[in-house]
Amino acid sequence: MRHLLSTRDLSRGEGITILDVAEGMAEVADREVRKLPALRGKTVVNLFFEDSTRTRISFEAAAKRLSADVINFSAKGSSVSKGESLKDTAQTLAAIGADAVVIRHGASGAPRVLADSGWIDAPVINAGDGTHEHPTQALLDAFTIRRRLHGNTARGRDLEGVSVTIVGDILHSRVARSNAWLLTTLGASVTFVAPATLLPIGIENWPVTVLYDLEAALGAHPDVVMMLRIQGERMHAAYFPNAREYSRIWGLDDARLALLAADTMVMHPGPMNRGLEISAGAADSPRSTVLEQVANGVSIRMAVLYLMLSGEGGK
Amino acid sequence: MPARTVLQQADITRALTRISHEILESNRGPDNLVVLGIPTRGVVLASRISEMLAGISGTPVPTGALDVTMFRDDLGRNPTRVPSPTQMPAGGIDGKTVVLVDDVLYSGRTIRAALDAIGSIGRPAIVRLATLIDRGHRELPIRPDFVGKNLPSAQNERINVHLLEIDGDEFVTIEEASA
Repeated sequence: MRHLLSTRDLSRGEGITILDVAEGMAEVADREVRKLPALRGKTVVNLFFEDSTRTRISFEAAAKRLSADVINFSAKGSSVSKGESLKDTAQTLAAIGADAVVIRHGASGAPRVLADSGWIDAPVINAGDGTHEHPTQALLDAFTIRRRLHGNTARGRDLEGVSVTIVGDILHSRVARSNAWLLTTLGASVTFVAPATLLPIGIENWPVTVLYDLEAALGAHPDVVMMLRIQGERMHAAYFPNAREYSRIWGLDDARLALLAADTMVMHPGPMNRGLEISAGAADSPRSTVLEQVANGVSIRMAVLYLMLSGEGGK
Repeated sequence: MPARTVLQQADITRALTRISHEILESNRGPDNLVVLGIPTRGVVLASRISEMLAGISGTPVPTGALDVTMFRDDLGRNPTRVPSPTQMPAGGIDGKTVVLVDDVLYSGRTIRAALDAIGSIGRPAIVRLATLIDRGHRELPIRPDFVGKNLPSAQNERINVHLLEIDGDEFVTIEEASA
């Protein structure tokens, strides 16, 4: 694995390897010394052109737990606001000696451009690009599902037979895309539920089932319900009449929560709009995995950094 | 040169039995003992030794697995390794007498990594080392406390340890590595 740009590139075996390595990383969180020396002397650059709380903190914590040095870069307050191009920024990082670049960018495909450019000879990890992909989020979601289902015996398993229903703003969601590819690669069946205005063109070619009725989808008793955030910052047109109507038809409220089996997982990639796509009751219920997802994110990102930076390939 | 068998299954069992007796002798009983195996085959040997210790002394001895991958000094020189699980016994290792178990002791670098790994998990009172085969060629000041068999070898020779639980058959062979 040279770069991690898309979950589409991952085979089932590679996906399971990442999840298994992450299991080992999760053990470290319970130790007296929560640090491993595996990436001592490596430098990881977090290149964030878009706002982020948990992804950036999570990558930073992951790199530091592996003893790597971390340089955080955010577009705000950098020379990007003076008009510096991605190329010049990348070459600056290469000159500083970055061993890996974690990039989040508002433009879909920016990590691919960086990886293929030759501007910098370091592995590139996509931490979310526009409305394209967010691979580490999908990996941590798969990891969270597998851990909840199998607990201590999760190692080596795939997600064969697991049903996952993803609800909400599919159109703008890189999380939905990455999950659709990864979860189906791992053997799960994925259903999208969304208003027609929030589904991308060409959805019929995706390996997913599409439904337009949330009650019916929840009535089918999926193992996992994943609610997506309404991405106000990317909505420049009227996709639905107003927030109240969206919430009433497409939100996971307390009444719909009651339709679900007791062991159904309620997931949300965060940040949540409480009261819009998910009620506080659902977000805080024992079915909710929101905080587990955050904790597991560190383990997954440690696994990805370790697999990409150790070994001969990692120089 | 074809592979030459150095230990048969019965020899391995006898060696492990003797090691178990020696562990109990040096520890003056089973108190405070924790047996930790280094993956992959060290874990199997550790659980066998632990059973033997329990059989001889009548007291169960906590066993665990200690993965040392993350602590190795050659991570950048080899293809990426996928770590194995680390499992610590419920009682932990603080203040205990830890017996590390591995199949073959060679350069000593794995054991150095294991000592670092132990240090990040807790602080045992004593750490001892048991190994089925000691083949020499140490690169670090490390020595075993309990040895199944000393097997002088050339550096271009390979030692293969097969154990029932992992390989389906059981023996130790030595052969010249094909260049």
